[in-house]
Amino acid sequence: MSPVLETKKLCKSFGALTVAQNIDFRLHAGDRHALIGPNGAGKTTFVNMLMGALAPSSGRIYLGGEEVTRVRQAQRVKRGLGRTFQINALFRDLPVLDNVALGIAERRAQAAHMWKPASSHGEIIDESAELLATLGLADDARVRVKDLPYGKQRLVEIAIALGLAPKVLLLDEPAAGVPSMESERILKVLDRLPAGIAILIIEHDMDLVFRFARRITVLVQGEVLVEGPPDEIARDRRVHQVYLGEQHHG
Amino acid sequence: MTGYTGNPRIRWTEWLPWLLAGAVFFLLPEYLALGARILIFILFALSLDLILGYAGIITLGHSAFFGLGAYVAGCISAKAGVTDPFVQLAAAALAAGLLGVLTGAVILRTRALTLLMLTMAITSILLEIANKWTSMTGGADGLSGVTVAPILGAFRFDLFGRVAFIYCLVALFLAWFLVRRLIYSPFGAMLTGMRENTTRMHAVGAPVYLRLIAVYTISAVMAGVAGALLTQTNQFVGLNVLGFELAGELLVMLILGGVGRIYGAFIGPVVYLIAQDYLAKQFPEYWYFGIGFILVLVVIFAPGGILGLLDKCLPSWKRRSSARASAR
Repeated sequence: MSPVLETKKLCKSFGALTVAQNIDFRLHAGDRHALIGPNGAGKTTFVNMLMGALAPSSGRIYLGGEEVTRVRQAQRVKRGLGRTFQINALFRDLPVLDNVALGIAERRAQAAHMWKPASSHGEIIDESAELLATLGLADDARVRVKDLPYGKQRLVEIAIALGLAPKVLLLDEPAAGVPSMESERILKVLDRLPAGIAILIIEHDMDLVFRFARRITVLVQGEVLVEGPPDEIARDRRVHQVYLGEQHHG
Repeated sequence: MTGYTGNPRIRWTEWLPWLLAGAVFFLLPEYLALGARILIFILFALSLDLILGYAGIITLGHSAFFGLGAYVAGCISAKAGVTDPFVQLAAAALAAGLLGVLTGAVILRTRALTLLMLTMAITSILLEIANKWTSMTGGADGLSGVTVAPILGAFRFDLFGRVAFIYCLVALFLAWFLVRRLIYSPFGAMLTGMRENTTRMHAVGAPVYLRLIAVYTISAVMAGVAGALLTQTNQFVGLNVLGFELAGELLVMLILGGVGRIYGAFIGPVVYLIAQDYLAKQFPEYWYFGIGFILVLVVIFAPGGILGLLDKCLPSWKRRSSARASAR
């Protein structure tokens, strides 16, 4: 089966600082893949390059088998790439439903309509409401995002990305800053995501990572240290060394 | 509230400006010339509100489109003999729209201070061109000899400004109706999204740059029409329709009224131009001091402009009156 998302020898440097080095990565339809690594490993930079928010210094990115290395972010999204942000990137003064509807309108190519009122686009509103209901946010549809608790704001992040009906979903620390109770709720939501979507999750919460992912890539100083199933990664001494600073004895 | 959860129905309060304009026409006939000027500046402020208040494009050069519209309407009349008012408006709209597309394509790749500087540079360049190209624009002496044929072949501009007032009122009403449709549409919701969070709009697949050019061009067309209206009602064009000073005054008007709420563009020019008219008569040398003082008061006590202040005061006033009623 050909991967839905693939990178070949992806590199990124800021002057003398190299933040991504020859990253070869593959994601297949339905994959639940985690990208972990210590702070500054280059995880978010990698996601930004995948999305097209950051141009790689060299290497190639393929989406659905087609090269998209130089394709704009908007086009990548239309080809099925969605993301959430490590730090909330929401429309804080808008109601939750509008946050989701803006993305759905883009996907349905109705966002540039200038005459008919937005509130009479029933199909967009209905789809937004249904999506919010599946994430347990139905009661908050008309609440301004800035008035929501932080945990729910993280769910709105996921809702916006899901509204794009992505084939590949990049989740950048979906549980960052969320209390453990809320983190459990986020995990439940992630578990219920459509099976066909390929998901790459970046997360520091190891409990969430090991419960969710079926494959893990460890990134250290911009390089892939190791990749494998969770049990292998859990046993890998190099990973322990990176995270815990243990001495590696041969 | 606009957007997908907004209610696009026109509320009774939204008819107030039009009722007020009607009352001015019948009750204050001696002020119709000033009234027409105010209506033109409302249209101009509305065009700025669309890009600044809704799309978040900061500019100090919006007078470039106003001035170009004014000069195009004036030049095609004075130099080419085109006197039909609607043709003059169309030519001004086209020229301003073209300038909007061309300059927008360049400057909207930038942000913040760079964008601000570039907008100022564009209007300054146009000002200098208008100043130097005396054979076409009249330079510092201004462009005279502008002729406007009777509107629809029947209504000639009169000395008292009656026709000019109605003409500008109709133009403003049409612009208001179109802008209102626009901001309640998915396009308007998307503009708010771009103002609120450009990063997220990119991530949902919005072609942000192209959309910015689109709204910038629409706004430029409106400003160009406003400029042409000024030319037609004055039958003269001076250099003061271009440059940083007018753009700054327009921004002050919008801040006074309230940015990003349509009707701030109605209230700001009314307050500003009436204050200017009154203060210039009372204190010919120091009237700017009065305007500055009003602006300082608004910025300190009503950062959301006069409409923002009303938004704050009306709910608490309603609460107090209902509490008083229930106490009785």
